[in-house]
Amino acid sequence: MTDLPTDLTRATAADLAGALASKTISSVEVTQAYLDRIAAVDGQVHSYLHVDTDGALAQARAVDERRAAGESLGALAGVPIAVKDVMTTKGLPTTCGSKILEGWIPPYDATVVTKLREAGLPILGKTNMDEFAMGSSTEHSAYGPSRNPWDLDRIPGGSGGGSSSVLASFQAPLATGTDTGGSIRQPAAVTATVGTKPTYGGVSRYGLVALASSLDQAGPCGRTVLDTALLHAVMGGHDPMDSTSIDAPVPPVVEAARAADVRGMRIGVVKELGGEGYQPGVRARFDESVALLEELGAEVVEVSCPNFDYALAAYYLILPSEASSNLAKFDAMRYGLRVLPEGVDDPSAEQVMAATRDAGFGPEVKRRIILGTYALSSGYYDAYYGSAQKVRALIAQDFAAAYGRVDVLVSPTAPTTAFKLGDKLEDPMAMYLNDIATIPANLAGVPGMSIPSGLADEDGLPAGIQILAPATKDERLYSVGAALEAALVDRWGGPILDRAPELGGAAAAKGA
Amino acid sequence: MSTATADAVMDYDEAMGKFDPVMGLEVHVELHTATKMFCGCPTEFGAEPNSQVCPVCLGLPGALPVVNEKAVESAIRIGLALNCEIAQWCRFARKNYFYPDMPKNFQTSQYDEPIAYEGYLDVELEDGSTYRVEIERAHMEEDTGKSLHIGGATGRIHGADHSLVDYNRAGIPLIEIVTKPMVGAGERAPEVAKAYVSALRDLLRALDVSDVKMEQGSMRCDANVSLRPRVGEPTSAEQLAVPLGTRTETKNVNSLRSVERAVRYEISRHAAILDGGGSILQETRHWHEDTGITTSGRVKSDAEDYRYFPEPDLVPVAPTRETVEALRATLPEPPGLRRKRLQSDWGYSDLEMRDVVNAGAVELIEETVAAGASAAAAKKWWLGEPSRRANAEGQDIVTYAAGLGLTPAHIAELDGLVVSGRLNDSMARQVLDGVLAGEGTPTAVADARGLELVQDDGALEAAVDKVIAANPDVAAKIRDGKVAAAGALIGQVMKEMKGQADAGKARELILAKLQ
Repeated sequence: MTDLPTDLTRATAADLAGALASKTISSVEVTQAYLDRIAAVDGQVHSYLHVDTDGALAQARAVDERRAAGESLGALAGVPIAVKDVMTTKGLPTTCGSKILEGWIPPYDATVVTKLREAGLPILGKTNMDEFAMGSSTEHSAYGPSRNPWDLDRIPGGSGGGSSSVLASFQAPLATGTDTGGSIRQPAAVTATVGTKPTYGGVSRYGLVALASSLDQAGPCGRTVLDTALLHAVMGGHDPMDSTSIDAPVPPVVEAARAADVRGMRIGVVKELGGEGYQPGVRARFDESVALLEELGAEVVEVSCPNFDYALAAYYLILPSEASSNLAKFDAMRYGLRVLPEGVDDPSAEQVMAATRDAGFGPEVKRRIILGTYALSSGYYDAYYGSAQKVRALIAQDFAAAYGRVDVLVSPTAPTTAFKLGDKLEDPMAMYLNDIATIPANLAGVPGMSIPSGLADEDGLPAGIQILAPATKDERLYSVGAALEAALVDRWGGPILDRAPELGGAAAAKGA
Repeated sequence: MSTATADAVMDYDEAMGKFDPVMGLEVHVELHTATKMFCGCPTEFGAEPNSQVCPVCLGLPGALPVVNEKAVESAIRIGLALNCEIAQWCRFARKNYFYPDMPKNFQTSQYDEPIAYEGYLDVELEDGSTYRVEIERAHMEEDTGKSLHIGGATGRIHGADHSLVDYNRAGIPLIEIVTKPMVGAGERAPEVAKAYVSALRDLLRALDVSDVKMEQGSMRCDANVSLRPRVGEPTSAEQLAVPLGTRTETKNVNSLRSVERAVRYEISRHAAILDGGGSILQETRHWHEDTGITTSGRVKSDAEDYRYFPEPDLVPVAPTRETVEALRATLPEPPGLRRKRLQSDWGYSDLEMRDVVNAGAVELIEETVAAGASAAAAKKWWLGEPSRRANAEGQDIVTYAAGLGLTPAHIAELDGLVVSGRLNDSMARQVLDGVLAGEGTPTAVADARGLELVQDDGALEAAVDKVIAANPDVAAKIRDGKVAAAGALIGQVMKEMKGQADAGKARELILAKLQ
C-alpha cells in the first residue's frame, strides 16, 4: 500500500480507505483533519453552506467502533464526504442555495444520503450551489459564490461549484453532485477534479430536490477516477422509491477503473463539440488527450452528431418547463420561508405565496420559472415543449447511431477554463453556453464523465475532457478515464491538481 | 353563498317547450385501496388530521411518487366494466395550479392519455326503458387535501378568519369518469342524470373498488348543463344537429337526489336567461342542498391554463393484454343482468322490481332473503316503514338503515316471528317500530313489549263466546249467511284479547260457532 502523506487531506479516498481498513488510521483522525482544513481555508473558498462538525465526528467514532468490533464494513467506511445541498439530509439544513428554504430541516434522508450513512461515510457538511442548481458558476447561490482554488477571483463551475471547490481545496476527499446539464462535469473540468454523471436512473433521485426531473442525475465527485468509481458504487443501484430508477446492479465501475484499459476500444471524437467557441488551450489539451488514448491502444475516429447543434435550445425549453412545475411547491404553506406582503391587512394565502416567492427566489430562478410557464402555456406547448421533445428524440438517435460505430465518445467538457466571477452574470446566454458540450448527455440519459486534461497555455488554468458512453455502460467511462488519467500523470509528472496554488491562511482571505 | 339572491328561473315544462337540454357528468370516485396513489400512507377515512402523511403526499422537496399497482388494476376494472378500451400505454400528467390544499401545487393526473376511453353504460329508467350513456374516458389521479375555513358565515374561504388544511386526503387514488355530451334525453334529462349516477354507484359497489359514499365524498359528481333551442323531438335528427349551447359546471352535487334537482334547476335557470335574450356565462356553480339553488363560483376564463405536461417522475403505465384479460375475468355480473336474474328468482312483477330498484333496496332484499326471509316478505318490510322514513329524511334506504343499525338479519328475524305464528302483522309492525327506535333486535323488542299471539285456544274461545253473547243481532246475521258481518265480531274479539290473538283463528271460531 502507498504510504499516506503527512497531511491526510492530501491522500486519495482509496488510500484513506486502505489505511482505515488496516487500522493504520482512524476515521476520527481523518475527519478531524478535514474539519481542521475546512476551518483554515473555507473562509476563502466558501465551499460549504453548512459544516456538521459534531455530526461528522460522531459518525466517524461510530465507524471506528464498528471496525474495532470486527464488523465487516464497506470499501469507503470511515472516509468523510461533502454532500451537495440539493440532497435532503435528516436533521441537517438543506437549502439548495435558496433563501426560500432557509431554515428548513428535512425530516428524511435522500436515498443517496441513506446509502452514504449505511456505508459509513461521515458527512462533513453541505456544499454550496447555484440556487436550485440553476447556473454554471455558483454565482446564483443566495448565500454568495464559491471560489475556484486555482484563482479565488474565478468561478469553480456550477451548479456544483461547492463540491468541485471542496475537492480542489482539499476540504473533503469525496463529494456528491447532481448533473442536469453539466453541473457535475463542468465544475470538475474547471477545477481539475473528476466527476461522473451516471446513466439516468443509475442513482436514485429520491430526496434530490428536483430541478428538471427528466434530466436530473446524481453522481460522484472525486480527485481521482478510482475514488470517483468507489463512490459511484456506493451511491448507485435500484431504489423502489424512484420509479425512474434502473432495476439492475451498478455497472462494474471500480473494476473498470482499476483495470484502466482502453486497448481495442473505439473512441469517437464528436465533430460538433469542438472548434469554434472553444478556447485554444482547451482544444490543445483535448487533442493531446485523444492522441494519448490512441497511443494507449484505442482506435480514434471522428463522429458527427448533427442534432447536437439544437441541444441547448431544446434543453432551455425542457428544463424551465419542468422546473416551473417542480418549484411550484415552494409556497410558504408548509415549510421554508414565509413572507407577508407589505401594506396588506389580512393577506390571503395567494398573496402570501406571491410575496414569499418574490422574496425567496433569485433572478435566475424567476427567469426560468417564467420561461417554463410560458413554454407550457396552451397555444405555445406544441411549438416549444413539444418541439423540444422532438429534438430530444433526435439527439438520442444521434447517440444511438454513434454508439453503433464507437464504444465511447469524447469532447472537451466545457468550452473555456474558469471565467472570472461576474464576467457572465449579466449575460445569461453566455452563461448557458458553458454547458453546450455537457447537455446532450442529459437529454439522452447517457452517462458522462469529466477528468482533467491539463492546464491551458494561455491562462494556466485547468481544462477537462468529457467521456460519454451508452446508457448503462458507465464502466466504459472509468476504463477510459483511468487509462487517460495515468497517462496524463506521467506526462505532467504528477496529478494536475498538485499544481494548484497553496491557499493562504484564513487571515489572507481574498474578498470573502 | 346562501345570502345571495336567487336567480330567475323558468317553469320547467315551459323551458322544455323551448329548449333541449344537454348534460355532461364528471364523477370522481375515491378508490378504497389500502394505501394512497403514490405512497404507502393509509387511506382510512376519519383519522386525526394530518396523521396519514409522509414526505411524498406532503410534497416535501425531493420526494418522488411511485404508482400504486392496485389502483391501476381498479382503474382498468372500472374501464372494462364501462365497456371502455384500455390503453396499452399511457402516462400521467401534471395539472399545474396553485392552491394550499394541493401539496405540490400540481395534481398528478392524466390528460390526453387516459387509462380507459370510449365506453358506455346502459342505464335503466323508472319506466323500464334504457338510456345509453356514452363514456368519454376514465382516468387516474390523486385527491387533494381538504381545506376547512374557520370563521365567516358560509364555511367558504371568503369571509373566513383562517383556514386549516388536512392532508390525509392528499394522494388518495381517484378515478374520474367523464361522459360524452348526453343528448336526446329531453325533459327526462334530470332523471337520466340521477339514474346514471345511481347505476354507476351500483357498478362501482359491485366491483368492490370504492366505498361510493356520496355523503362522505368518496363519490362526487360535477354536472355540466347547457341548453339549445328546441326544434323537434329530443332524439330527432334536426334536434341533434343544433350546436351545443354554453355550459355551466355545477360542483358539489353529492347525493342522487341532488343530481336530479341540480340539473333541473340549472335547466330552468338557463332557460330564463336565454329566453330573456341573455347569454350563459361559462362558469362553475355551487349547488346548495338546503335552498335547492346554484350560485356563481369562479368564471372559467382564458386565464385558467393548467399547463399540462407528461409527469416526468413516473414511468408510463403499460398493462399487457394478458393482464387486462385476467382483470376482465374478475368482473362481477353486470348490475342490469343481475337484476333480471334476481327478479326471476324472487318472482317479482316488472312493476314490483322497479319499485325495489327505485327504492335502492336490491342488495338489502338479497341479503334479507339470504338470511332466510321470503322474497315477498323482504320486499314488504323494506319498502314499508323504513323506506317511508328514509324518504322523509332525504336519505337513501341503505344509508338510512345503516345509520339506525337496521340490518337484513333483523328483517329476516321479524319475518321469522310472523311465519312461526308468534306475531301477527300489526304486532310485527309495532316490533319494527321498536327496532327503528333502537330498542334492540325484533325478538328483544317483542319480549320487552310483551307482544305475543295468545296460543291458548281456551282463552280465545271464551272471548268469542262472550262477544257472540253480547251481539245477538250480528250473530243472527251471520247465521243467516251474511259472513261479511263476522268482521265486526273479530274486531271485538281482538279488543278483548288486547290485540294478542290470531285474527284468522278468531274468524274460524266465530264462523264455526254460528254456522
